[in-house]
Amino acid sequence: MHRHTRKLLTVITEAALESTLVRDIDRLHAHGYTITDARGKGSRGTRNAGWEANGNIRIEVVCDTATAVNITAYFQEHYYDDYAMILFVSDIEVLRPEKF
Amino acid sequence: MIDPIILFFLLGAVAGLLRSELRLPAAIYEFVSIVLLLAIGLKGGVELARQPFASLLPQMLTVVVMGFGLTLFAFPVLRYLGRFKRADAASIAAHYGSVSVGTYAVAVAYLGSQQISFEEHMPLLLVLLEVPAILVGIVLARGISRETAWKSIAHEVFLGKGIVLLLGGLFIGWVAGPDGLSSIEPLFVDLFKGILALFLLEMGLITATQMGSLRRHGPFLVVFAIAMPLFSALVGTWLGWSLGLSIGGTTILATLAASASYIAVPAAMRTSVPEANPTLSLAGALGITFPFNVMIGIPLYHALAVWAHTFAKG
Repeated sequence: MHRHTRKLLTVITEAALESTLVRDIDRLHAHGYTITDARGKGSRGTRNAGWEANGNIRIEVVCDTATAVNITAYFQEHYYDDYAMILFVSDIEVLRPEKF
Repeated sequence: MIDPIILFFLLGAVAGLLRSELRLPAAIYEFVSIVLLLAIGLKGGVELARQPFASLLPQMLTVVVMGFGLTLFAFPVLRYLGRFKRADAASIAAHYGSVSVGTYAVAVAYLGSQQISFEEHMPLLLVLLEVPAILVGIVLARGISRETAWKSIAHEVFLGKGIVLLLGGLFIGWVAGPDGLSSIEPLFVDLFKGILALFLLEMGLITATQMGSLRRHGPFLVVFAIAMPLFSALVGTWLGWSLGLSIGGTTILATLAASASYIAVPAAMRTSVPEANPTLSLAGALGITFPFNVMIGIPLYHALAVWAHTFAKG
């Protein structure tokens, strides 16, 4: 079975940004994404998702290196200053490269 | 005698302050707020069907102007007296110019338990009052620039959960009329206070979480979060009296003016004015103003309305 390397981009940020980020991700040519609700604590305080203005989300995108670089750069430029956001990229292996 | 729903609020607040494990699951909170919004909309809609729409226009226009006015008043106070950054002052002002549906619901319950009637079309004014402050807040923070994405802001503002459910409820109530609604009354009317009690329990918990950030942001915000609603309530009382509303209606309008948004405005400000610090406005609106209005404000605004009406009669 042949395996292919791709990037897994994980973004953890404020739920308020969800629709904006989804639009960005689509526009930057990712083929898909997964969003889950998240809770946690960071430099901007505790976000316990008790109600809508205080929720966090975790967005995962599997994509090729170029797309990952584009999205990372775009998010860093546009959202890092004003929003609670962390972002990290890891190498992963996938079985169906055409999907990503 | 203190209303049991207020005790639910206190229970939540105390449990939160003592760091109890108590939490309402997010889905339940969501459900509870959806029922409240629809119930409020439905009641207003039934009443709208009875009134010629044109006769309500002066009131509608007045509250829209009030929404603009209160925000424009709050901004310089915050900017120059409070020395907040421009974006922060604009965002906090928008919160205080807009309304809180939760506070409205408590005022309705308060008047209900005192058997004071009020103009039932108030939910219409509630919807109208949500929007102007958001627009003013964005313009105050940004100026009128071509970069502002008004289309997506409009989408955010008019298709937010609160407005859709309130308007939807108004519409359904208006179409169905009182007889049509009798079959769903058990949920939306009979259970209203129980649902409101659950909502307030969660609000108590949320309020408690704001205490930490209040301590950090200093006394001006605390003073503003009490003084601003008092001032707004005076404006609301005066307008309610000038519009010829009943004592109950004047109380509601004063409460609407005094309440500060914590759902629609934070969401809109977060996306439209990202550089504004959201903890400032939420600490004020949720940490101080909401509990103040619920526990002290509403009875006070009622007394004010009674006084205004007696005074006017001479």
